[in-house]
Amino acid sequence: MEASWIIETEELTKKYDGFTAVDHLTLQIREGEIFGFLGPNGAGKTTSLLMFLGLTEPSGGKVRVCGHDPARDPLRVKESVGYLPENVGFYDDMTPRENLRYIARLNRIPDRISSKKIEDLLQLVGLTEEATKKVGTYSKGMRQRLGIAEVLVKEPKLVFLDEPTIGLDPDGTNRMLDLIQSLSKEKNITVFFSSHLLEQVQRICDRVGIMIKGSLVAVGPIQELAKAKLGVDKENYTLEEIYMKYFKEV
Amino acid sequence: MHGILTIFRKEMEDQFSSTRFLLISALIVMVGVIVASMVGMAIKEEVRGLPKPTLLFLLLFTATGKFFSFAQFLGFFGPLIGIILGFDSINRERVSRTLSKLVSQPIYRDSIINAKFLTGVAIIAIILVSIVLIITGLGLPLTGIVPGAEELWRLAIYLVMSILYISFWLGVSILFSVIFRSTATSALASLAVWIFFSFFVSLGAGFLADAIAPIGQQAAGMVDPQLVVKNAKVQGAISLFSPMTLYSEATSTILDPMRKTTSSLILMGPLERISLSRFQSPLPLLQSLAIVTPHMVTLVAITLLCFGVCYAVFMRQEIRTI
Repeated sequence: MEASWIIETEELTKKYDGFTAVDHLTLQIREGEIFGFLGPNGAGKTTSLLMFLGLTEPSGGKVRVCGHDPARDPLRVKESVGYLPENVGFYDDMTPRENLRYIARLNRIPDRISSKKIEDLLQLVGLTEEATKKVGTYSKGMRQRLGIAEVLVKEPKLVFLDEPTIGLDPDGTNRMLDLIQSLSKEKNITVFFSSHLLEQVQRICDRVGIMIKGSLVAVGPIQELAKAKLGVDKENYTLEEIYMKYFKEV
Repeated sequence: MHGILTIFRKEMEDQFSSTRFLLISALIVMVGVIVASMVGMAIKEEVRGLPKPTLLFLLLFTATGKFFSFAQFLGFFGPLIGIILGFDSINRERVSRTLSKLVSQPIYRDSIINAKFLTGVAIIAIILVSIVLIITGLGLPLTGIVPGAEELWRLAIYLVMSILYISFWLGVSILFSVIFRSTATSALASLAVWIFFSFFVSLGAGFLADAIAPIGQQAAGMVDPQLVVKNAKVQGAISLFSPMTLYSEATSTILDPMRKTTSSLILMGPLERISLSRFQSPLPLLQSLAIVTPHMVTLVAITLLCFGVCYAVFMRQEIRTI
């Protein structure tokens, strides 16, 4: 049972001079699932992600990602985890291929292997035609798609996507969500999807966790949360209703 | 090590294709060529008829010609090269949000700052070595003097000291690029420090020396020579706080074998001066080195210290602010 958890945290806490950003977070993520991580702005979602990646040290508690402790062994974690930050940045005066190759080199992937992979990834995110342009000329949607490609260069087991659809047009959003779903289904990549756009989360996520003011108030499949909060009978629930209920309780 | 090499390679590619590298090299090559040709022709006139001139080749770097010598130029504007190369090295990545991406790759965080510093030092070394070679190359036909082994050694030491000196300023500017988020702020802060240490320290040294060791006015214009010497010593010690003074004292001793001391003030009467100049002979290389060893050690120390502070600040920065 234990082995199938790709992320495991126990009483994970992060304090910034007196202010508790993440408060005793206990959470398990299964391998291959799409987990939606919800919460209002400033709820501690990004801080949790940074602790999972070993980019910031927890003040207390335990965390294991892909079987490693990110605080002690960040390199091992970063080898198998991709992170797409909110508003990802690129080297604007380089082409997407050059951007991807740089990331591949940092991941110790030799050029002869990465060049094939880079073409495949550009194909996957639909940027092959624009691949000769400099990234500086790219639109928001294209940048986000390139960001996904960049995360996938290292062939991760787990990806953290922090608000990947923010600022995209409806069509771009749909394509992005389809892409994320296909990652999980076809490549068996665990997707940790942090967002506050509830209908999107409802559409693609297997399970969700709701984080408010640093503590995880609910976690489980959406249906179960609906049962618990809205009553068994209700059919046409939305995640928003559930979320608002939790939100008001806090 | 892998991370450092990858970032180093990318940064070098960036530098070589950047306008700023072109501009710096063009500027410094221009200055070098102008100074070398002016001084070179003047030297040729001077040495006409001398059977075997020795230790004249280094004059290419130290003779002031009409404006300034190359060594003076480098001491004065060299820091700007370091600042230009480093002022946006970290915060540019922060502004374009690529830093958070870099740190989430499987590399140690310090390889980012190490690679940035190494790139700067490599670029500085490339620029300086090529310009010294250019001046040497131009100087050979212009003056008709072939440098001896000792002169070449002196040049090599001069190069090492210059690279260290400019690397110190590179370190200062990288430090500010770690501290400040805006590239304009970090550029201005580095310039402010440069101006402070290059101009105000030597100005302030005079005032401080007068306060610490005043030269008491005695009867009608008479001063106690011992007090003057003390005052000059204090002033010299304080102005050594400026890396520029440190560097120029060290390099002028290395490049000019006739100089036997780093202090500029030697009290002597006219007769002593005549007798000294009659027996003047160049200082051997090892003796020159012995004089400047403290300067060199200090240069290394402040460069390392500056980089160390920079490293520590970068490593301790919360990733949220990155």
